[in-house]
Amino acid sequence: MSERISEADVAKVARLARLHLTGEEVQRMTAQLGGMLEHFADVDALDLAEVEPMTQPYPLVNVLRDDVVAPSLDRAEVLAAAPSAEDGRFRVPPIIGLEG
Amino acid sequence: MAGLRDTAAAVRQGSTRAADLLEANLAAIAEREAEIHAFNLVLADEARAQAASIDAAVAAGDDPGPLAGLTVALKDNLCTRGIATTCSSKILEGWRPPYDATVVTRLRQAGAIIVGKTNLDEFAMGSSTENSAFGPTRNPLDPSRVPGGSSGGSAAAVAAGFSAFSLGSDTGGSIRQPAALCGVVGVKPTYGYVSRSGLVAFASSLDQIGPFTRTVADAAVVLDVIGGHDPADSTSIPEVHPSLAVALDQGVEGLRVGRITDLPEGADPDVAERLEVAFDALRAAGATIVDVQVPAFTFGLTAYYLIAPAEASSNLARYDGVRYGLRVDAPDTNTMYGATREAGFGDEVKRRIMLGTYALSAGYYDAYYGKALKVRRLIHDDFERAYRNADVLLTPASPSVAFPFGAKGDNPLAMYLCDVYTIPTNLAGHPGMSVPFGTGADGLPVGIQVLAGTLNEPAMFRAAAALERAAGGAGGAS
Repeated sequence: MSERISEADVAKVARLARLHLTGEEVQRMTAQLGGMLEHFADVDALDLAEVEPMTQPYPLVNVLRDDVVAPSLDRAEVLAAAPSAEDGRFRVPPIIGLEG
Repeated sequence: MAGLRDTAAAVRQGSTRAADLLEANLAAIAEREAEIHAFNLVLADEARAQAASIDAAVAAGDDPGPLAGLTVALKDNLCTRGIATTCSSKILEGWRPPYDATVVTRLRQAGAIIVGKTNLDEFAMGSSTENSAFGPTRNPLDPSRVPGGSSGGSAAAVAAGFSAFSLGSDTGGSIRQPAALCGVVGVKPTYGYVSRSGLVAFASSLDQIGPFTRTVADAAVVLDVIGGHDPADSTSIPEVHPSLAVALDQGVEGLRVGRITDLPEGADPDVAERLEVAFDALRAAGATIVDVQVPAFTFGLTAYYLIAPAEASSNLARYDGVRYGLRVDAPDTNTMYGATREAGFGDEVKRRIMLGTYALSAGYYDAYYGKALKVRRLIHDDFERAYRNADVLLTPASPSVAFPFGAKGDNPLAMYLCDVYTIPTNLAGHPGMSVPFGTGADGLPVGIQVLAGTLNEPAMFRAAAALERAAGGAGGAS
């Protein structure tokens, strides 16, 4: 078993990711994620102190469009694809006053 | 078989009917699709209507465009207005996008005919297309084996003659590896070359759309249509790309072809042997072979399997059962999110969301994600140094020929190793392509990967065309 990630870590990350994993899934995931993170030992051995992180491949900055009104998606068409809609809005179960 | 440009020219002149071209594809689909399962959806009626309108336009004296009457299969993570787009995931089953991807718009405007949406590993996460919620795709060259992935359906569609060409997406090798395993040409362009607008996002800083075709020249024809700036994608490169069709005739005289002397080991002997033959072929055609080093290449897999899942965990947060796709009802919203995502995502997608969420979470961000981004810089810079001495680099596209179903078992790492030669290019943002170059074990095709620096597609296509010629023309399996 990897020391890099515990079942408690996995359960916490599952909550953060909004995934309701079963107990069996948590166990399996802990072993698999641990195995993947073990490979990071190679990288831990590198001296990266002076290296600039790279977040994107092509150096474009502040890409903005002109501030002009353009057609957007049709509201009725978009709401028709929703699991539940009401009064021109997406409808969801209660948010306040319950678990969460 | 005529190339795409000649076929489209015949349709534009009225000497070939789009309807007849389409019927030949539909006949092939009727014969073999039940076995191959390249498609999540075949659009026979819509395609027939499109073909009829192309032929009518030609009869009326109009020009339907440079891809007139050519059939295309689209990976099912490319949005098509009013047509189901699933990403081979239960969480999007039945969803009909309200808009077309930019590439889809450009194909339609050029006269191409969409025959269907192709199968993939769920959300493009995999290397065998075994990981689809709707069942695997089989390799048309040997149905007991995988077609590769994640764009396995698109590769199989071209290899089986179901369409004239297809589009896929490549985040870590998902075009080049299945192209190699199915014996077709597959191109991942420079990041930003093709608009990602309407491509369902997996890892936004790595994803690129590209073509599968039977020949290198055909790939150039398709890229000349789908490439170019798009204001709807803020990472789209503004500079105008030169036509790739022109580059094909230039040969490789004087081209510097790099051999990566510190390339990670792991290629099967039959594949390694074809790579040596490829170097010999380019040398014989007038290229100069030079040795280069890309020391950080070997860290590609490790960096990728933090960066791609991190971006995926963020991108896939949108599947929450609120605006589209699956919802599992629950008494409160938070429980609904969890239940929807538990039921809607498959194992591999969950695994990557978990890994990515972990790598981005407080206390681990610097140790994992931050370091991975620094390794990405090393890989990029090492490639850039190599490209000072070489115009293109050759590697295997895949460490092996097509493997049997289940060969990688339940071990995610074994599957990830399929992309050991393709992944570093995505991290660097450079172009790469796989070109069929003869056969290896069991008579199955081997793909040689040609890599080049940013926007150096012309050199990449020159080398690929020379390899194709050396292998005996289209298909390469001589």
